[in-house]
Amino acid sequence: MNEKKIIELRDIAVSFDGEPVLKNLNLSISDGEFVTLLGPSGCGKTTTLRIIAGFITPDSGDVFFDGKRVNDLPAYKRTVNTIFQRYALFPHLNVYENVAFGMRVQKKSNQEIEETVTKMLELVNLKGFEKRSVAKLSGGQQQRVAIARALANNPRVLLLDEPLAALDLKLRKDMQTELKNIQKSLGISFIYVTHDQEEALSMSDTVVVMDNGVIQQIGTPQDIYNEPQNAFVADFIGESNILDGVMLEDYLVEFFGRKFSCLDAGFEKNEPVDVVIRPEDIDIVEPVKGHLTGLVTNVTFKGVHYDTIVDFKGFKWLIQTTDYYPEGSTIGIVLNPEDIHIMKKSAYSGMFGDYSSYSEEFDELGDAVAAAEAEEEAEE
Amino acid sequence: MKLLSKIYNGIIFAFLYAPIVVLIVYSFNDSKHRVKWGGFTLDWYKELFHNELIMEALWLTLQIAVLAAVISTIIGTMAAVGIYSMNGRLRNLMMGVNNIPMVNPEIVTGISMMLMFVAIYRATGFLRPGFLTLLLAHITFCIPYVVLQVMPKLRQMNKHMYEAALDLGCRPVPAFFKVVLPEIMPGVITGALMAFTMSLDDFVISYFNSGASAQNLSVTIYSMTKKPITPEINALSTLMFGTVLLLLIIVNIRQVRDLNKQKERR
Ligand SMILES: Nc1ncnc2c1ncn2[C@@H]1O[C@H](COP(=O)(O)OP(=O)(O)OP(=O)(O)O)[C@@H](O)[C@H]1O
Ligand SMILES: [Mg+2]
Repeated sequence: MNEKKIIELRDIAVSFDGEPVLKNLNLSISDGEFVTLLGPSGCGKTTTLRIIAGFITPDSGDVFFDGKRVNDLPAYKRTVNTIFQRYALFPHLNVYENVAFGMRVQKKSNQEIEETVTKMLELVNLKGFEKRSVAKLSGGQQQRVAIARALANNPRVLLLDEPLAALDLKLRKDMQTELKNIQKSLGISFIYVTHDQEEALSMSDTVVVMDNGVIQQIGTPQDIYNEPQNAFVADFIGESNILDGVMLEDYLVEFFGRKFSCLDAGFEKNEPVDVVIRPEDIDIVEPVKGHLTGLVTNVTFKGVHYDTIVDFKGFKWLIQTTDYYPEGSTIGIVLNPEDIHIMKKSAYSGMFGDYSSYSEEFDELGDAVAAAEAEEEAEE
Repeated sequence: MKLLSKIYNGIIFAFLYAPIVVLIVYSFNDSKHRVKWGGFTLDWYKELFHNELIMEALWLTLQIAVLAAVISTIIGTMAAVGIYSMNGRLRNLMMGVNNIPMVNPEIVTGISMMLMFVAIYRATGFLRPGFLTLLLAHITFCIPYVVLQVMPKLRQMNKHMYEAALDLGCRPVPAFFKVVLPEIMPGVITGALMAFTMSLDDFVISYFNSGASAQNLSVTIYSMTKKPITPEINALSTLMFGTVLLLLIIVNIRQVRDLNKQKERR
């Protein structure tokens, strides 16, 4: 990856039927960078991708490719290729012809086409599938054909719209590694859309967190996780306890009526702030030794750890611990400066990070809703 | 109860098909009298093919049917693609507009088209009732059937397929022919068959729009019935019935096959 900007979106705004979908979006992507657009359903990820691909013309703002404005360049003239959410393979063509499609359009020689198709099918582990009908392939295999078809066009940038959403967990993990390897070996930029935060963190060089048509934060996966810019990001990426606090001075914050030293500076004196504490960073000690003491109200076994809900003066925290503390027991916690992250107040303050309503049922309900949504999408 | 419903069904079918059965039987009747059975013969069929008037009408009917089917299929397919790419409310409105001519009484369609052609002829001297007006009328009433056959295929198609072709560098028009058309082809062919059948089958609209110079089979038969009727007409009607039946069976088989294919894909 180098610093040369290959794509730049400047002040992009888009609305559908008078509803703003993207608001003042600015984003630049370097040559060879793996960028992930991450955000909840409907936040505008696909729309952003379609602007880059050339399927949507923004209402205002500019799209630059290699420094040239390409707003009016139609999709078929852009050197980007897309992997569509549901593959969009050509069912009347076999695997070979699907992959060869772009080169046939460009009137490449048969020999060149054959070489490239063979190379691409090898790259995606589909050697020997040339003559198969694409309708008879499994979901994972269709996905691979879609990747080979896009890459055969030798794009500078590959756009991927939730390419793995329809695959089962195991296959998804394998494909994540494979895609990352392909991206590295070809050295081209990937712009990858997902609403799976784990996928985003594990694959990307840069993560772009979006909500409601607005970019909330751009940064490396580590930045996004360790230094979230607001309550939305803190809550969307991983789990977070988010508390109201007051920044007394640089490196000193007060919450729950207690002063804690922290690593953050640059706030006004006595500025109200959001304090983020990740559930896995909290050390549990005997009640007398703790900075704070609380009552365990709920414990859920999660495999590697227990999700322990602890009531501190009416505010419930989520703590992830490998030790088991039964419901009803009293525990103490110690917060070290590096466990505390301070954020400026934002429109999202107070909306997230309180586990008072936490229950296993809610979790399951959430999963059921997500599953139903996924099914609906598949039926479309 | 089951027996009763079977009997009921039997009676209904008897009522529906008895006249046609009588027609078919009499087309093989070796007697000029309509009520008397004089033994089996194929003479009427032979005579039919020697009747110049009828052969001319048949030739015209086939020309009209083929042309109307081809042209209405092209226009109808383009219309379906256009309507499909509209947004929700406009699309529903257009489909409604498309469906009206199909439920509109044929006689209204026929007369209104006649009036329009006559008005144009009076005003410009162009479009004298004849072959061209007949063809235009047939194209017009066939288009909605084509749209109706093509639209579901467009809906079933992965809507990103066309974009995928553009994405791979294909220009819009070639992209349509390379990826959209093959996908909707079954609907296009069924639409063409429907249009061909409707054109062969039509009497009312043809009656008002053919003029003296270009009479198709159904209009010719009707004018023959004004004179003393000959069993030739039975033979001709039997053949037409058979042809249309065959075409409709083909259309139906295609639709059922398509439905099964859809199920398999899921
Ligand atoms: N063609 C369209 N017409 C009208 N509204 C649209 C259109 N496309 C998208 N939208 C709306 O724009 C918003 C953003 O859509 P977009 O598809 O970009 O979301 P997304 O982030 O990709 O969501 P998901 O994760 O569900 O795919 C949504 O509210 C959606 O309803
Ligand atoms: Mg999307």
